[in-house]
Amino acid sequence: MSFMHSTATILAKELRTEFRSRELLGTTVVFVLIVIVLFSFTFNPTSSESRRFGPGLLWLAFLFAGSLMLQPSFLREQTNDTLAALRLAPIDPFSILAGKMAANFLFLLLVEIILLPVFAVLYNIAIFPILAPLVLVLALGTIGLATTGTVFSAVAAQARLRELLLPLLLLPVLAPVLIASTEATVGLLRDPSELSPVWLTFLTSFDVVFLTAAWLFGEYLLEE
Amino acid sequence: MPGSAAARSNYCANWSRAEPSGVDTPHTSSPTSGPSTGRSDSLNSGLKIQFSGIEKRYGMRMALRGVSLEIGAGECVALVGHNGSGKTTLLKITALLARPSKGQLSFSSGDSVLSSGDIKQRIGMVAHNTLLYDELTAEENLVFFAKLFNLPEPAARARQSLEPVGLARRSADMVRTFSRGMRQRLAIARALLASPQLLLFDEPAAGLDPEGQQWLGQTLARLHAEGCTIVMSTHGRNETQGSVTRAIRLEGGEITHDSGPNGDPYGVLALAAVRETAEGDAR
Amino acid sequence: MAGESESRIPSGPAISLPSVLVVFLLLAAASYGALIQAPEEATMGLIQRIFYFHVSSAWSGFIAFILVFIGSIAYLRTRALKWDWLSVASAEVGVAFFTVVLVTGPIWAKPVWGIWWTWDARLTSSFLLWVLFVSYLILRTLVDEPERRAMVSAVFGIFAALDIPLVYFSIWWFRTQHPQPVIGNGGSLDGRMWRVLMLCWVATLGVMTLLIRIRYRLEAMRMEVDALRLEASRSSR
Repeated sequence: MSFMHSTATILAKELRTEFRSRELLGTTVVFVLIVIVLFSFTFNPTSSESRRFGPGLLWLAFLFAGSLMLQPSFLREQTNDTLAALRLAPIDPFSILAGKMAANFLFLLLVEIILLPVFAVLYNIAIFPILAPLVLVLALGTIGLATTGTVFSAVAAQARLRELLLPLLLLPVLAPVLIASTEATVGLLRDPSELSPVWLTFLTSFDVVFLTAAWLFGEYLLEE
Repeated sequence: MPGSAAARSNYCANWSRAEPSGVDTPHTSSPTSGPSTGRSDSLNSGLKIQFSGIEKRYGMRMALRGVSLEIGAGECVALVGHNGSGKTTLLKITALLARPSKGQLSFSSGDSVLSSGDIKQRIGMVAHNTLLYDELTAEENLVFFAKLFNLPEPAARARQSLEPVGLARRSADMVRTFSRGMRQRLAIARALLASPQLLLFDEPAAGLDPEGQQWLGQTLARLHAEGCTIVMSTHGRNETQGSVTRAIRLEGGEITHDSGPNGDPYGVLALAAVRETAEGDAR
Repeated sequence: MAGESESRIPSGPAISLPSVLVVFLLLAAASYGALIQAPEEATMGLIQRIFYFHVSSAWSGFIAFILVFIGSIAYLRTRALKWDWLSVASAEVGVAFFTVVLVTGPIWAKPVWGIWWTWDARLTSSFLLWVLFVSYLILRTLVDEPERRAMVSAVFGIFAALDIPLVYFSIWWFRTQHPQPVIGNGGSLDGRMWRVLMLCWVATLGVMTLLIRIRYRLEAMRMEVDALRLEASRSSR
């Protein structure tokens, strides 16, 4: 079966499972909301302070949320050993990873887009004029998050203490994404708004490097 | 003679009593072979498997030591042995789920040796776990796997597969609500979706009630009659042993007894049953 | 389908007496060079001498992490457990060296700048690298089965190693945008200082090699002990 076809099939299955219960989506959105609110207590959210700290806190919240909700990605396949069922099928093993990466990406992006207006209101930041480049930055950063997060979810699924392990593995590796995305967002919020080519290129490079690494080495995680 | 409609309906009429609430009693529905896949070799040629010096090591533990074996097309092989003897490992390696640490494995259909891409398409496995998604419905599960197995008209195929296992009426219910017996039936339907030439069963009767076991025995008989190669690991004497043509006993990762392709399997099976009881008493 | 290669547990001592002597002498020479022979730095004075060990440890730790990368890839290719032994040995030694970096950094900074820590590019990157490979080691403790552990650590090791340049660049570029006091020699080094630094580096590389060999042997023996233990528990039934 062609790679795209099997990836799409798995992607569809993942999305169907997520949206059937919707519990994960709701929980993740609320969690990020809580983090954003708590962060607001740590500094005085005046307009200039918000512009400085806001983006970083937002991205931090996304990273935390991501490292928690990416957990079920492979844990779900352990319940009835459905991972074995996927591996029995005549498909490229990487399409299992790719389907999940795509699903996690869409899911996380959805959470972020839902929270963007909330963030704008709470921190008094006007995002509408910069919406398009902002979504671009969100997307690039989320690709990095989803890619590494899915691979590490497969790693953590084979270890003990997996709830704690996934954030432990993911957050240090994603530090560059945090820096780049935050700086890019801060640049966008400046007056005049500027989209930093350096950080954009960097985020793209990060994504390319880890997508390639996932493609080259991710399959080994599925083997026995 | 299996294959004639009369024989089929007689045989199917003997199927076990319906499960409670909503499961159809399968009667004159057609077997799961379904519409032709378009392959030139029909279902009647099972896969031939050759194992040469298969070893599997987990850390420093040898799960399989130097297993060499040839299983011919259409054989129905029972793997016996107690837990830890290597049965599950051997099945996993056969299903290409695990890679042997040493040794070679090859499959052929008819006269041609198969490439690894082809092999998975022709294998169906029913494992100890159900390998089904609890949060999807029965039909969704089958459609999903039908798509992954590249089957034409996956939705139709899925619906057709549900009838012979008596789950047509529960097609829209989530697998989470199914009993163990129903899940096993669905797992078997899934394994049969792509008209496999090799079926692997890992203790298929475990957890099934006597009626379920009887149904399973009849299903195996039908599949065997259609020429499918079957390899199943079994723990003890139960309904599934009716169709067995060959019994192989594993102990400590090695083959200790093999009744051979033309021999009488019941000697080995009985020996295994006696040993199990003795060991059980000794503990 | 091919099998995996055997990993034989090496026999004989892990490190030979001559090699220990050589490294000891190197270390002695390096210490002498750094503490006594090297010229005193103009502005920072005596405390600057710690720089020779600070920087050498960082470079050696770096090499150790590259060894983790190599070992991880080699394991995935060959499935020979000895590469996993190399990876864990290198990771632990690398973490040890970076601990030295993180401790000597503040020791240096306090008398010079009056603050224990500045979030300067190199120190921050070192910190992150340290965290990354500590996570690698923690991951290993959470997986029991040797082959599975080798596999997952190899994949994570590769990802962590690939992250290193990305970490360095992103922190460096961030710092150029938001400058902070820099720990380390801003300017170029005097010729004599370079020589001493190189000597220190070679000495630390020697220490690194010895430590990795010892740790490698330890891991190999651990596997043998586990196997024996398993055999013993089997036959006692």
